[in-house]
Amino acid sequence: MNSYPKRFAVALVTASTLVFTSVNANAQTVKIGILGPFSGPFAHYGTLFKAGAEAYIASQGGKLAGKEVELIYRDTGGPNPGQTKNLAQELIVKDKVDYLGGFIFTPNAFAVAPLIQQSQTPAVIFNAATSAITDKSEFFIRTSYTLWQVTVPLAQWAAKQNIKKVVVAVADYGPGIDAETAFKREFTKNGGTVVESIRMPLATTDFSPFVQRIKASGAQAVYTFLPGGPPNLAFIKAYNENGLAQAGIQFLGTAETDEYDLPKFGDAALGLTTAFHYSAAHDSAANKKFVEAIKKRDANAVANYASVGAWDGMYVIHKMIEATGGQKDGLKAIAAARTLKWESPRGQVRIDPKTRHIVQDVYLRKVEKIGGQLVNKEIQSFGPQVDHGLDK
Amino acid sequence: MQILLNILIDGLAYGMVLFIIAVGMSVTLGLMRFVNLSHGAFAMIGGYAAAWFTREASWSFWVALPLAVLVAGAAGALLEAVVLRYLYQRSDLDQVLFTIGLTFFLIATTNAFIGPQVQLIKLPPEIAQSVDLGFRTLPAQRLLVIFAGLVAAALSTWVVARTRFGIWLRAAVDNPESAAALGIPIRTVQCACFAAGAALAGLGGILGAELMPLEPFYALKYLVVVLVVVAVGGMGSLMGTLAAAVLLGTVETASKYLASEWGNLFFFLAMAILLAWRPNGLLRR
Repeated sequence: MNSYPKRFAVALVTASTLVFTSVNANAQTVKIGILGPFSGPFAHYGTLFKAGAEAYIASQGGKLAGKEVELIYRDTGGPNPGQTKNLAQELIVKDKVDYLGGFIFTPNAFAVAPLIQQSQTPAVIFNAATSAITDKSEFFIRTSYTLWQVTVPLAQWAAKQNIKKVVVAVADYGPGIDAETAFKREFTKNGGTVVESIRMPLATTDFSPFVQRIKASGAQAVYTFLPGGPPNLAFIKAYNENGLAQAGIQFLGTAETDEYDLPKFGDAALGLTTAFHYSAAHDSAANKKFVEAIKKRDANAVANYASVGAWDGMYVIHKMIEATGGQKDGLKAIAAARTLKWESPRGQVRIDPKTRHIVQDVYLRKVEKIGGQLVNKEIQSFGPQVDHGLDK
Repeated sequence: MQILLNILIDGLAYGMVLFIIAVGMSVTLGLMRFVNLSHGAFAMIGGYAAAWFTREASWSFWVALPLAVLVAGAAGALLEAVVLRYLYQRSDLDQVLFTIGLTFFLIATTNAFIGPQVQLIKLPPEIAQSVDLGFRTLPAQRLLVIFAGLVAAALSTWVVARTRFGIWLRAAVDNPESAAALGIPIRTVQCACFAAGAALAGLGGILGAELMPLEPFYALKYLVVVLVVVAVGGMGSLMGTLAAAVLLGTVETASKYLASEWGNLFFFLAMAILLAWRPNGLLRR
């Protein structure tokens, strides 16, 4: 008589147990969506992200905090906020990812801010270097750097070296303007003069006119910011061919001599001075392990700021998984990430609890040839630097 | 005064780079009236071949240069003989679509097999150094480009205007039926001319690589600049192309010295004015 409802109830309980077990089984796998350029002219960044992230997981024995991890790669191409937003939405809604990572370009990172805020999905920025990004959502954490962070100590150092007059020559787009503002403010504050400020169009192929202007300005040094790849190579070439080094005009840069472009300069790069947070030649056991892990993962990848950003980004995600026990809990994960402190391949780092940006040592480096290879030799450390762009 | 001299020297050097990149297209687009948007692809083949010869095979630059030019020319001849000749009679749009598709194909292939990194051509020390002009220095490589550009301009003008081949070519383009009836081997002429255009593109790719670095997107990146130079110079006028390249190069250089915050505005403004003034080409009335 009551067998029908009873049987139904049993079936329901069994079914729901099954469903629950399967949900639990799924929860064992933590999903991480990685957004970056995997095709087109910036595809090498994607390669570096992939190598960095996968090398980190491999170094932990294939699991993070005892959980299986699934990396889902999505191709954003170049600076493309619209597409990035769509891809992020798909990752969050359809693939139900627990974390997002990646981001080469600032506009792409800006585009996902409302999505991660609403869905409470922590997003770790492996590269995009504009200060204001972490302000846009409390679920952003950054493991790269900002231009302010590396430029401010460089400007202070230049002023201390008795360099009085500097030309600022930057590529005419967002990060270039950031670099220009940061250097000007800090250098003039320390008693220096910026004699000329040149903004070079992004499409420039012939840099000799700009380099001639720098030479004619009578400055003792040039502070520059250029996007990696062809413009970077062409500028350094023009700097050498027009005899600026011989004329005693010192080169001051940041990411220009990164390990991806460096071998292509040849001996023209010798002696270039930069301030940056990561050199593949950093002398520590943690860095040696990182460089080897990257090479082992992908012979085409190099240890540079993009791959170390991905490696440390995965460390942060690792610790967030640990804090939440693999469950999706954005608030708890971010709260745990705010107090992280660890030894990265670049040195001692921590996350600033207020800005969620990485606090790290910035080094003064000079390009040298060691064992037939060009390296960024660290000359001195400026000590731990916060993101100077956010405490203006 | 110093600035004026700088503008003239850098402008001439930059203009000659533009010319050496554009002259091959002036031959295929101007003389053969074939809309060849895969021009950059042939320049790339030449440049990549030179990079491979000097770096991987460690040959001298002076050996690699002519060989790489030949490689580009051979690639052009092969493609012309197999595919492109069927496009001569088709509409401009068909030609545009096919050659742009070819360009995308080459970009993707290069990306997949060689990778996205910039390819460098190893220069011999005599070109890699700078030459002291007394009041400033100039990279020796630019002098080579200026010299090669003038030689290429003189030689191709001479071939087109003074040789039997040039007469055949003009006849084959203007009236293929009558030309064929008169016993001119128009297939050979067309193929040889296209191969010459491709070889010149290859030369531009190699010598221009200092300013326009070789990477997979090379084939598309500098296409606009090349088209502007050829359009302002006038269809089929090699000397016009030379004049346009030097003039536009000087305008671009002057704007970098005097008004860099305006970006490439003056380059395109000059293009618009010149095209309005002489729509059929700089040296034609």
